[in-house]
Amino acid sequence: MTLARRIIPCLDTDGARVVKGVHFEALRDVGDPAVLAARYNREGADEIVVLDIAAARDRRPTFLETIRRVAGELAIPLTAGGGIRSLEDGHAVLQAGADKLTVNTAAVERPELITELAQAFGSQAVVVAVDAKWTGQTWEVFVRGGREPTGRAAVAWACEAVARGAGEILLTSIDRDGTRDGFDCALTAAVARAVPVPVIASGGANCAEHFAEVFRQGRADAALAASIFHDGLCAIAALKRSLATLCIPVRLSE
Amino acid sequence: MLALVDYGAGNLASVERALARLGADTRRVTVPEQLEGARAIVLPGVGHFAAMMRVLAARGLQEPIRLAVANGVPLLGICLGLQTLYAGSEEAPECTGLGLFSGTVRELPRTVKLPHMGWNQIRPVRPSRLLRGIAEAAWFYFAHAYAALDEGPHVCAVCEHGARFAAVVEQDHVMAVQFHPEKSGAAGLQVLRNFLEAIR
Repeated sequence: MTLARRIIPCLDTDGARVVKGVHFEALRDVGDPAVLAARYNREGADEIVVLDIAAARDRRPTFLETIRRVAGELAIPLTAGGGIRSLEDGHAVLQAGADKLTVNTAAVERPELITELAQAFGSQAVVVAVDAKWTGQTWEVFVRGGREPTGRAAVAWACEAVARGAGEILLTSIDRDGTRDGFDCALTAAVARAVPVPVIASGGANCAEHFAEVFRQGRADAALAASIFHDGLCAIAALKRSLATLCIPVRLSE
Repeated sequence: MLALVDYGAGNLASVERALARLGADTRRVTVPEQLEGARAIVLPGVGHFAAMMRVLAARGLQEPIRLAVANGVPLLGICLGLQTLYAGSEEAPECTGLGLFSGTVRELPRTVKLPHMGWNQIRPVRPSRLLRGIAEAAWFYFAHAYAALDEGPHVCAVCEHGARFAAVVEQDHVMAVQFHPEKSGAAGLQVLRNFLEAIR
């Protein structure tokens, strides 16, 4: 009995549609979130993440409706986030059908938010997303879609987030995001060694070897990717079969 | 009608949706009167042991649930819903559980990553109605840091994450699973289908 390493497709949305851009610019429409979620569920995804990368206040109802539609397609867990700033926001997202919440900028600005969410919904429902960039000496946390430096070290912030109640860390390498050069295994291992909770690695995936590397060298518990799945460069079922032949424990669909 | 105990937190909607997919008629229960006429009780749960027990107490649901079970109404506990069937939990030593099973729920050892989050396999140790027709290698989705480590005669399947713990428990008409069947793909749906079959 071994806990399987998880493969998690991510749906970045503008609230209603799945979009993909490079560093949140030049967004292009990728498709309907519910349709993509249903496909990934069928293909053996272990979990789905859906994010509102616009996170504009007036689009909230649209995003909640998106969560509802995605959840309706799934028999696997759903994590949702983007713009969650309060207990009420979190409650609305869970009520819409998400199993877990992810918080990023708002948690850096007001770390007590993590504790409030964990006390209300349990640590297992609180995923803190950390966007990190190598500065030459250390990995620094960036917020607002990777645009704004915070002066915080990524490893220290991940540890603080866990101490405040986070049950999982979603770690994105800004350096690797969109490059398809492979995950940042050094960053992932540094965080995974430091925190007692599962770490989801993100940014840079292109092929099965990249996933195998981040599970082995990077010590990741799960790995997340978006465009390689959306663009059909990598099919989840085939990816998991490749990982199984590399002796990585994965859940193969029955 | 299946009574789906609503204690305010938790992913009630996904349990509700999964049962609806299987053709079951459910009712959300927030006050004792709504338990009346229930063919079975489903006790889903995520979050903190104390939070769940406090809400059940505040809504006056603890005694009526215990009484219904004593009168033979079948019950299915899910995740935290399994844990609350025990006498208590290390997570909230000040709270008592429903006490349908003896023993205390304990924290999994901190030698492994907690919460135990993700897909794992289970090992049957006794015949089980909930696991009927399910392949031995099936995967189930777990999300918890506390578990029932005692191996009483009601434990039908175990899982391991730092320690062996009860994954499926059954005693007469009281059944429970530590994983989330509503989030465990086809195998999870089969567990729910088996429960519906068992209470027919």
